[in-house]
Amino acid sequence: MIAAARAILRKDLLIELRTKESVPAMTLFALTVYVLFHFGLDRDSLDGELAAGVLWVTLLLAAVIGVSRLFAAEREQGGIEGLLLAPVDRTALFVAKAVGLFAMLVVVEVVAVPTFGLLLLGPGLGGALPELLAVFLLGNLGIAAVGALVAALAAETRARELIVPILLLPLLVPVLISCAQATEPLFRQEQGPEDLARWLGLLSLYDVVFVLLSVAVFDYLLED
Amino acid sequence: MPALPLDEAGKYVAGAYVVFLALILVYVAIIGAKIARIDRELTELASEDDE
Amino acid sequence: MYSKGLAPLAAAAVVTLTAALALVFFYAPLDADQGFVQKIFYVHVPMAIVSLCGFVAGGVFAIRHLRSGDASWDLRSYVAIHLAIIFGVGVLATGSIWARASWGHWWVWDEPVLVSFLVVFLLYCVYYPLRFSIEDPERQARYSSVFAIAAGAFVPLNFVAVRMAQAYTHPRVLSQTGGDLPGEMRLTFLVALLGMALLFATLWKLELTAKHAAMQLKRLKRRLAEREAVAA
Repeated sequence: MIAAARAILRKDLLIELRTKESVPAMTLFALTVYVLFHFGLDRDSLDGELAAGVLWVTLLLAAVIGVSRLFAAEREQGGIEGLLLAPVDRTALFVAKAVGLFAMLVVVEVVAVPTFGLLLLGPGLGGALPELLAVFLLGNLGIAAVGALVAALAAETRARELIVPILLLPLLVPVLISCAQATEPLFRQEQGPEDLARWLGLLSLYDVVFVLLSVAVFDYLLED
Repeated sequence: MPALPLDEAGKYVAGAYVVFLALILVYVAIIGAKIARIDRELTELASEDDE
Repeated sequence: MYSKGLAPLAAAAVVTLTAALALVFFYAPLDADQGFVQKIFYVHVPMAIVSLCGFVAGGVFAIRHLRSGDASWDLRSYVAIHLAIIFGVGVLATGSIWARASWGHWWVWDEPVLVSFLVVFLLYCVYYPLRFSIEDPERQARYSSVFAIAAGAFVPLNFVAVRMAQAYTHPRVLSQTGGDLPGEMRLTFLVALLGMALLFATLWKLELTAKHAAMQLKRLKRRLAEREAVAA
């Protein structure tokens, strides 16, 4: 299973490196939305809850773009039938897609988050880096697992691009709540009390539930 | 906010219960219409079969 | 097949709901803070609880559907979710009325049950477009079941997350949705909850019966048409 997952992941990463379709678009989208927020909120700098909210909502919206495109390669080149005919464990497919999405999110965040710090964040980013990394790690894991599941669910429907946003975003509300609440103290002018542990705990629970669920259920999708 | 006087509060409470009732009745009406249609088509089918 | 026990179930629902109504208006004491408006609580909260349980039940039926491949479980799942969404409309409407009567706004973010319900409602609204955009009936059922399971698992997680968030910005304004109700209110609430649950079960069976009858009819029509085609 690991070998199969690695093979699919390799293929996806190579395609993305060659075509450079999803990641640049997601990154550009995030940066554009930050600019939109500047104009929409009419603020030069944000801190605390507002900053955390703007950061995470934008990242979630960018994730929607990535999820919509997750099975695009298979669809466009008719690869799905090929994948299904081969004796590939659906779990491998899920792992590959989820890890791929995770990787895409990380790349987007590496660019978008510092830019956010530059453009809109009042207090500096530097202070609580390890905590921030923990939040991003667990948050991205949740987005990746649920994103892969939603991508598969919407893969066969006619109204794919319409279904993905309205399906993915409500499911990610707990992730949004946890990540925004966790990063909010890190973005305050005066470092306030942090309840990082409980939000990381909730994120971990969410991740465990949805990773296990997606693995269990993926076999029933894309089956023919 | 202090509690509303009884007559004003009554309207809201009544409104809430009316919403609840209306939902049930509309739902039952729709199911009833569905059953009526099934019955009608069954009768048609039975009469066609007799011919 | 599905209509077994429908009549007694309906009777039980009617009796319980009538009893609940009587209790609400003639037995339960007036709330000290909220006054008469608090009576909405007896219809709003049971509907919310039953609706959420309906969503979770839809997920459980979906699990049975995937494991057995039996389409009747998918039908049960669909009707449970369908009904829970309708009850959900009622929850949001009565919740809004309650908010307006209690705090003067048609919506409040204070109540974690109501807020998390909004998110759950938005999620389940996607059930229909997802389901009906897949043409192949077998695949449609399978994908719907996957959705029902994921969404069903989501419901408790979401509630916990919203609850945790509210604890910071909005300290619990409504202690009524918790356990500390005075005896008479608690009894009334429990009877109302039971009545609502029986109502849900009755309507669920009712719709299952109607849908099943419609499917049988369609099958019969097709068979008769085939027979005529062969005879001709």
